[in-house]
Amino acid sequence: MSGTAVGSSLAAIGRIAGGVGPTGGPQPMHIPDGFLSVPVSVVFWIVAVVVIGYALRRVSRELDERRVPLLAVLAAVIFAGQMLNFSVTGGTSGHLLGATLAAVLLGPWAAMVVMTAVVSIQALVFQDGGILVLGANLFNMAIVGVLVGYGVYQLVSRALGNRRWAVPVSGFVAAWLSIVVAALACALELALSGTSPANIAVPAMGGIHALIGIGEGLITAGALVFVLAARPDLVAPTAKATAGQKALWIGGAALAVVLAVLSPLASAHPDGLEWVAEQQGFLEAARDPLYSIIPDYVFPGISNEALATIVAGVVGTLIVAAAAYLVAQGVRRRATQQ
Amino acid sequence: MADVLDPYRPRASLIHRADPRVKVVVAVMSILITAALPLGAWPSYVLLLAAALALSVAAQLGVGFTLKRGLIAVPFALAALPLVFSTPGDVLASLRIGPLALDASLAGVERFASVLVKSYISVQFAILLTATTRFTDMLAAMRALRIPRLLVVIFSLMWRYLFLFAHEAKTLRIARDSRSADVGPKSGGSVAWRARVTGGMVGNLFVRGYERSERVYQAMLARGYDGDIRTFALRPLASSEYAALAGAVVILALLGLLGILFG
Repeated sequence: MSGTAVGSSLAAIGRIAGGVGPTGGPQPMHIPDGFLSVPVSVVFWIVAVVVIGYALRRVSRELDERRVPLLAVLAAVIFAGQMLNFSVTGGTSGHLLGATLAAVLLGPWAAMVVMTAVVSIQALVFQDGGILVLGANLFNMAIVGVLVGYGVYQLVSRALGNRRWAVPVSGFVAAWLSIVVAALACALELALSGTSPANIAVPAMGGIHALIGIGEGLITAGALVFVLAARPDLVAPTAKATAGQKALWIGGAALAVVLAVLSPLASAHPDGLEWVAEQQGFLEAARDPLYSIIPDYVFPGISNEALATIVAGVVGTLIVAAAAYLVAQGVRRRATQQ
Repeated sequence: MADVLDPYRPRASLIHRADPRVKVVVAVMSILITAALPLGAWPSYVLLLAAALALSVAAQLGVGFTLKRGLIAVPFALAALPLVFSTPGDVLASLRIGPLALDASLAGVERFASVLVKSYISVQFAILLTATTRFTDMLAAMRALRIPRLLVVIFSLMWRYLFLFAHEAKTLRIARDSRSADVGPKSGGSVAWRARVTGGMVGNLFVRGYERSERVYQAMLARGYDGDIRTFALRPLASSEYAALAGAVVILALLGLLGILFG
């Protein structure tokens, strides 16, 4: 990240791509409503419900009841931690998503629940990300982000062994990769919906997040170093992995590899994804037979599209005016009564 | 728990008083209908936007409030911008950047504008919901909609501590900023150093959260918490509320059908 040219274009991208949410930080990975097609949204809702439902079951079965306040308070911490940023250059700032940090400190299932709470509240209350597309956002940030972060952290920290810098280095690599892979998942969803061609979305999202991920990696490493110094008991030793956990971190690492391979493939063959997107546009397709039943119809009684829009505009204005009138009447009546 | 972060805007309107379950279902359905509308269904877009504006007027929020806050999703439009050039159709304008030739098509512009407008309308409904519904009421609606109880309890406890930790994060930031004079590119060492400091702040927040959660747990135990989560039974919906819900659903379904059939 050197050179002012890179810096200023980064800043521009950051400003454009990363809408600054009410929480203060740029949130370039929260897809708003309207950007994903209904079929894609529904499919990712189903995946998210199944996986997060399983995570909830695991959390309530394995962990004692103490975990309810723990998970809730730490969800609030991750939410607040996303507001902390550091300046990189030229108005760009690095900030945190927190999926890897949560996964390393809490384990994958609890981290999934924490990230689910964070991403859901951002969508439901702060409009950081849409509601219909929440399933996809949960998939990217609470499932892919957590699993990849957890898997890669376990793999790298095992490879590094007991060295002193093993924790920050594996934290950095895991956090960086989790951001990039989550961004690739986001790009594939956009391409599947026909919102963004894969050959542009994949390299653009991947490239921007390869840079954003550096900030994520540095903050995650710094946070892990702090926790290791202050409460070493919280950075769980990696030795006590059971068979199930082993499968999980291998699965997380595999997910990273699959998405990393799939994305350039999709990017090289945008027609394939385009075709899927076309197939998925069944609503559009369903219109055609109806068109032949009711030919030359745009709006009931009016056979001109521009005219129909104007009529809709007039009707809309009347509706708003009527609402305003009724509210004004109500307020006046209440005022006279008092 | 009033805070600048809380998007709830207290008013004495009918919309504010409406049952949260009705509001949540209607808002989600509006967003679903908006997403299901085909590209370029302009009359339907206008009608849906009018419905959203009428509701914000009825909720005494004013038209400007939701219109302005709705811009939050606009920056994401960059993701859909390539549609302008990648959609085949009548060429509107050509852009040449070195060896790269970009042809903007009319169909592409319409697709891009449709995505943008649909997203904008969806955000209007989401803002309406959060501006007129207290979060505690939203939680009751989530329970009624069969969202897992563990998750709803986590949401509610998280909400309780959200503002506290947002405030602690702000305090940490002020402390850092007052020590490093100016958080500009020239202050406070290298980028990696600044990132590490921020990481330390996040770690600090995490440890504080962990230790607070232990105290919260002790306090809950002292008040009789036994691991079971108990909640009040929800009041059944009145028949008038069912009628309102049915009415809203029928209107939305008609709007959606109109858009899908006639564009």
